[in-house]
Amino acid sequence: MHRTGELYGQFETLEQQKETAALGMWVFLVTEVLFFGGMFLTYTINRRAFSTAFGIGSNTLDIKLGAGNTVVLIMSSLTMAMAVWSAQVGKKKLVSIFLIATLGLGTVFLGVKAVEYKQKFDHHLVPGRSFDMKYHPAHPMPGDDLEELDKEKQEVDKAFAVDPDINAHGQLYFSLYFGMTGLHALHMIIGAGLLLWLIKASFAGRFTPQYNTPVEVVGLYWHFVDIVWIYLFPLLYLIDRHR
Amino acid sequence: MQSQLPFSPDQASNFAPHVDDLMLFITLICLFFAVAVTAAIIIFFFKYHRKSPNEVGVPIHGDSRLEAAWMIVPLILAMGMFGWGAVVYVDYRHAPPDALDIYVIGKQWMWKAQQPNGLREINELHVPAGRDVRLILASEDVIHDFFVPAFRVKMDVVPGHYNTMWFRPTKPGRYHFFCSQYCGTNHAIMGGWVTVMEPADYAAWLSGSSGAEANPVVAGEKLFAEKACVTCHVGNGTGRAPSLNGVFGAKVLLADGSTVVADEAYIRESILQPNAKIVAGYQPLMPTFQGQLTEEQILSLTAYIKSLQSQPVPATGSGIAPTTEKR
Amino acid sequence: MPHEDYLNARYGIRSWLLTTDHKRIALLWLGSVTVFFFIGGLFATMIRIHLLTPTGYLVTPETYNKLFTMHGVAMIFFFLIPSIPAVLGNFLIPLMIGAKDLAFPKINLLSWYIYMLGGCFVLYSFATGGLDTGWTFYTPLSSIYSNSAVTPAVIGIFINGFSSILTGLNFIVTIHTMRAPGMTWFRLPLFVWAHYATSLVMILGTPVIAITLLLAGLERMFHLGFFNPALGGDPILFQHLFWFYSHPAVYIMILPAMGVISEIIPTFARKPIFGYSFIAGSSIAIAVIGFLVWAHHMFVTGESVYAALTFSFLSYLVAIPSAVKVFNWTSTLYKGSISWDTPMIYAFGFIGLFLIGGLTGLFLACLGLDIHIHDTYFVVAHFHYIMVGGAVMGYVGGLHFWWPKITGRLYPEALARTAAITLFVGFNLTFFPQFILGYLGMPRRYHTYPPEFQVLNVLSTAGASILALGYLLPMLYLTWSMRYGKVAGQNPWPATGLEWKTDSPPPTENFDVTPEVTWEPYDFKNRPDLGLTAGAPSLAPAHGDD
Repeated sequence: MHRTGELYGQFETLEQQKETAALGMWVFLVTEVLFFGGMFLTYTINRRAFSTAFGIGSNTLDIKLGAGNTVVLIMSSLTMAMAVWSAQVGKKKLVSIFLIATLGLGTVFLGVKAVEYKQKFDHHLVPGRSFDMKYHPAHPMPGDDLEELDKEKQEVDKAFAVDPDINAHGQLYFSLYFGMTGLHALHMIIGAGLLLWLIKASFAGRFTPQYNTPVEVVGLYWHFVDIVWIYLFPLLYLIDRHR
Repeated sequence: MQSQLPFSPDQASNFAPHVDDLMLFITLICLFFAVAVTAAIIIFFFKYHRKSPNEVGVPIHGDSRLEAAWMIVPLILAMGMFGWGAVVYVDYRHAPPDALDIYVIGKQWMWKAQQPNGLREINELHVPAGRDVRLILASEDVIHDFFVPAFRVKMDVVPGHYNTMWFRPTKPGRYHFFCSQYCGTNHAIMGGWVTVMEPADYAAWLSGSSGAEANPVVAGEKLFAEKACVTCHVGNGTGRAPSLNGVFGAKVLLADGSTVVADEAYIRESILQPNAKIVAGYQPLMPTFQGQLTEEQILSLTAYIKSLQSQPVPATGSGIAPTTEKR
Repeated sequence: MPHEDYLNARYGIRSWLLTTDHKRIALLWLGSVTVFFFIGGLFATMIRIHLLTPTGYLVTPETYNKLFTMHGVAMIFFFLIPSIPAVLGNFLIPLMIGAKDLAFPKINLLSWYIYMLGGCFVLYSFATGGLDTGWTFYTPLSSIYSNSAVTPAVIGIFINGFSSILTGLNFIVTIHTMRAPGMTWFRLPLFVWAHYATSLVMILGTPVIAITLLLAGLERMFHLGFFNPALGGDPILFQHLFWFYSHPAVYIMILPAMGVISEIIPTFARKPIFGYSFIAGSSIAIAVIGFLVWAHHMFVTGESVYAALTFSFLSYLVAIPSAVKVFNWTSTLYKGSISWDTPMIYAFGFIGLFLIGGLTGLFLACLGLDIHIHDTYFVVAHFHYIMVGGAVMGYVGGLHFWWPKITGRLYPEALARTAAITLFVGFNLTFFPQFILGYLGMPRRYHTYPPEFQVLNVLSTAGASILALGYLLPMLYLTWSMRYGKVAGQNPWPATGLEWKTDSPPPTENFDVTPEVTWEPYDFKNRPDLGLTAGAPSLAPAHGDD
């Protein structure tokens, strides 16, 4: 069984091993850009084609939760960077603390996402047989701002009058919404798993100024996931926002 | 006209000789290079065959001028191929204005064609020789492709889009046409025959069997009333919507200041997504007819609206952009 | 053989299925891609037999449509794309750069398992109703109308994509960070350059097909509307997304084969490759420009004329680096000392067939001509010339070239040369008639055809039987040679790469001592260790006048 800090068989030096790991993660992130990119492209093209339906879709998203989540994620990138720094300067205890903070913030993000998803489910905005953009305005739920809801109702009714296919186009928006945020959330869950592994290793004191590659590499991954969200948030929540 | 190339179909359209000439041109260039390289390889293969077991070759690492030469010369030839092909293609993608319009609908696994007077054909297409013919292609299900080898032309038939193709038949006869975009089980038998007739024979054929077929213009006029289009699109320009007299083929002025030519695609879009382009001075009131009209009905309405080209255009109440120059 | 090598280091099925040795993993790949080659080949055989008569000889239209679809899916995704990189690339790259293994050996093994998982899904699809959408999965046929097992197939290809991505990632990082001392970029064998370029395409292109198939699969499963016009979607969007990967994919298939040829020719001409930096650079150029030409598959979809002009122009540009390679290979033969060993025959076969295949691409890139020949047998002939005449010949030639290194054995030379020539002849007989069929107007993917096309179809099928023999022979004698072949020494040809400076077969850790490179590639003159230069007669008198 290998132990951290030891040279793996295929490498000549620790330096080579570290350089390889970092380059490997960078190359992987490039593939992720292309992966998300396909969906971003599809979203952009469809937004242009169906701006009314997509506009309504955007406005059903809770901007407070979305903005809050953005702040949470940015802070988690900060704590992650602090964890890498702590490892580099040898403050082993801080490494664990910052990693746990990152994991905590990530979990908050995922929790908020779950709340948002449940909301969409309750409002019949999940693509499928029961998808109906008229449902929520016609069925207020506890905690709804009735004035806002009324504005949404007017908007939806107007859209239907102009384009009876609003439900189909709206489904496109929400398919992409769930697809993109779902893929993002999947990456965060994987990131959380990686963080758990790192936390366990940090408790055993494995990360030192000489050896902290796993922290650095997971850090790269985490920052990337953060950047994807920074693109997702304006695209999904902010464009065409008027309420 | 004889086939110019061995192994080629009849040349029966204006494009065929050009495509065959292009084929010959590219074949000759490629043949030259293929023969030259193959000959060099064969010659070297024998001339420099190893003479003794320990022999090595003469190390020649490269020659930049040679590299430049065999990059630049092929590039020039490639640009020639590109240029000539582009000229033919651009011509093909721009049908002449007074072409005879025939509507063609592809569906799994048959073709329906509708002649200008409404005469319908299934898996057959009759066209007059010497006349520019434009096919307006629509699909009712998956992507198909209308391919006439003797004419050297094809175009995909894509659901949700109109595609057009044109040709001028030059030689009377019967020629295969094929579906050439895989479309499911019977893709291979989704074809038929194009019959090119002398203009007089074509005219005779056209009028001879018009029988019970509905003229698309007449059908379109009926639909225009049935679907209540006429209540807003009043001919004298006094309705809630612009008059459609003379609009087909004209430039329409839109609310955002831009202009668009009112062609088949514009008419279709206006029927299915009326708020995509609002005419200047009008409100977005028109409901959509998405899901309420078949492709054929849309084509009939288009044919009717085209027939209104000859109607008097009202001074106000039409969406046509003021012209400062002749169209 | 008394010494320990990677084959006899450990025994037992676990030592193979859980290995992280790149050489063993390469052999795992060899086995599995061969299985898929058989499956795809079986379908091809049935297609050609069926097409002996105009009305169809063998199967129903539905079955025929499944045959050509599954032939394409099996061959492209599960044979051609992995073949050279996963078998030869995996085996050779560490050896060629003087490393003990790839950068990420466990990810290397994972890549094979992911491929196998993807393959299982696809085989499941084949077995439970088959696939009849064409390997191109055009919507809305694939997302709405087809009644075949599209979903498992799409899942399988999606999964398989990650195998490609991981292999490409592994190669890129390895080539950057694991080169032995003295192995500078411009001393790298051209095989390595070719795989570097291929890996760039793999990592940048494959994620896009993954997302595209995901969207199409979701559309099919949940009746969404990305590509369905009735719901506001656009079938042409699917084509753009699909071809954005699938065009560069063809460069994934051919670049490694070109890398193989760039190794074989200097070896059997015993002189440095002519224009090393141009060949290296052309590989990168092909990879880059290859991403810019995808819509040349869509000239007749009604795409904008400006787009068509742009893509046609760029498609001509991408031909130039390939031409550069062919000219450089040919020039390498000049004043060489050429032997006619089997790998060299494969190399010549490659050049001849790639020449025809590549040149016929110029016909298809020509807008005016494409209107006629698009979606006809002309296209089928074109891509088979490149993928089979090019890539498969490169693969089989490479297998022969490195067979002594991989197995420590030589194959029977006379039989091998016969097979190579059989392959070349059979291939031309099979596919050249198809160019003519295409220009005459026979569309592709047709289970039945007008009677006037029969003669050419029969010719093509006859050729296919010879082609099949050409493939069968190596499978038999290569297998035979593993036990009964003559023992090969360390460097039987001899060749100049680092891989030839270790035993045949190599020990598990590749080199006993990390090599230090001080020589230029393909330098036969200054390599006394090859055993050639001592007492060799100088060239000038032997060849007389030039």
